[in-house]
Amino acid sequence: MLIIACPYCGPRPELEFRYGGEAHVARPVDPSTLSDEDWGAFLYQRANPRGLHAERWRHVHGCGRFFNALRDTTTDFFAATYETGTPRPAGTPADGETSR
Amino acid sequence: MIIVGAGGHGLATAYYLATVHGITNVAVLEKGWLGGGNTGRNTTIVRSNYLFDESAGLYDHAVKLWEGLSQELNYNVMFSQRGVLMLAHNIHDVQSFKRHVHANRLNGVDNEWLTAEECRDFCPPLNIDASTMRYPVLGGALQRRAGTARHDAVAWGYARGADARGVDIIQNCAVTGIRRGPDGAVTGVETSRGFIGAKKVGVVAAGNTSVVMAMAGQRMPLESYPLQALVSEPIKPIFPCVVMSNTIHAYISQSDKGELVIGAGTDAYTSYTQRGALHITTHTLDAICELFPMFRRMRMLRNWGGIVDVTPDRSPIIAKTGVSGLYVNCGWGTGGFKATPGSGHVFAHTIAKDEPHPINAPFTIDRFRDGFLIDEAAAAAVAH
Repeated sequence: MLIIACPYCGPRPELEFRYGGEAHVARPVDPSTLSDEDWGAFLYQRANPRGLHAERWRHVHGCGRFFNALRDTTTDFFAATYETGTPRPAGTPADGETSR
Repeated sequence: MIIVGAGGHGLATAYYLATVHGITNVAVLEKGWLGGGNTGRNTTIVRSNYLFDESAGLYDHAVKLWEGLSQELNYNVMFSQRGVLMLAHNIHDVQSFKRHVHANRLNGVDNEWLTAEECRDFCPPLNIDASTMRYPVLGGALQRRAGTARHDAVAWGYARGADARGVDIIQNCAVTGIRRGPDGAVTGVETSRGFIGAKKVGVVAAGNTSVVMAMAGQRMPLESYPLQALVSEPIKPIFPCVVMSNTIHAYISQSDKGELVIGAGTDAYTSYTQRGALHITTHTLDAICELFPMFRRMRMLRNWGGIVDVTPDRSPIIAKTGVSGLYVNCGWGTGGFKATPGSGHVFAHTIAKDEPHPINAPFTIDRFRDGFLIDEAAAAAVAH
């Protein structure tokens, strides 16, 4: 079981959280002007990288808030957790890079 | 031609390229060892009782091939049509399963409804005493043609058959890049053992599909999750069939070695670690112990994980891609083993003819642009 550091509550066991999928997938501002290709890509295509992955978690059995995390999908170690609405922490490797 | 991935689906593809289409100048590249990924990690269940016409067509095509596979390969894949019983635990399950039974029968797929007592008669270890259960058994859907097969033997049988016809199977050879010409078409692959030229490349890389396809600049509608399974200590024959319970999440059968083979769920998060969290297997064992109290004191011998590539609608993609000469067979999620022969058969057709077989024509990537989903996720409500 993972120990996840909620930015609001501190480290808690994984069972208190729900996974929220890839982070920073912004909903297009004006969907009606989008091509089918772009709309399908927004809905369904995901980076699914082998290495660092920016993802959302929600502390459902705690503060209830969403936040973002950087986790290495080859080790499951978290490189960082940070608040929703803030950009990916500076100085961290790109998606798919290894965290160590 | 190059097939990336020497699992069951990749080897079956190579086998049918050679036998059906007469194409033997094929290399199957495998970064690890033959059948060492999900082919060697699944719970060996074969069935075709899917709701939608497209799925029933695809999975029943596979079951029909399974029925003759040992003869075809001259290799005993130990296909045993011992029946798969899917248990219903609430009114929604009952309604949903009966709908499946009727839809399957219209598609020529056998499936029948059993009462709780009939379920117990078919599978005597099953507990149906509602007073002892949090989730009582209200009945079940039984597909008698379904069952199990020896997973390793499937890989070995297809590998031997393909090899005998001239296919090269190259292990310990990881694909590191996909090379394309000025017109964008595939010209070959870079590997850890050098460049291999090819006009057509078929990617059958399961959990690593997103990584391989990214080498050709293709983003996929896939996410990769760990899926776990475990086996008990071996015991004398006690369990006559396969029992699945989607609602309380357990799959169980007994292997010919005597081990109880138990399938658990996926972890909540994407990962490539080939392991999973213990609370996932514990959850499944809770369900097993409630359904089969006689197993409560058994010891589990081994548990492991594999990485499964899941599509948004939980149906596979067997299709051409946006790159000329590049084909992909992926997205089998938590239930790809059952389809191995059918998957290889139609994917070989897709590569050889550069157009899909009628059976896999609906399983495109474009369905996620056009909205023609084959939504078995909604139909089954959980992993299958």
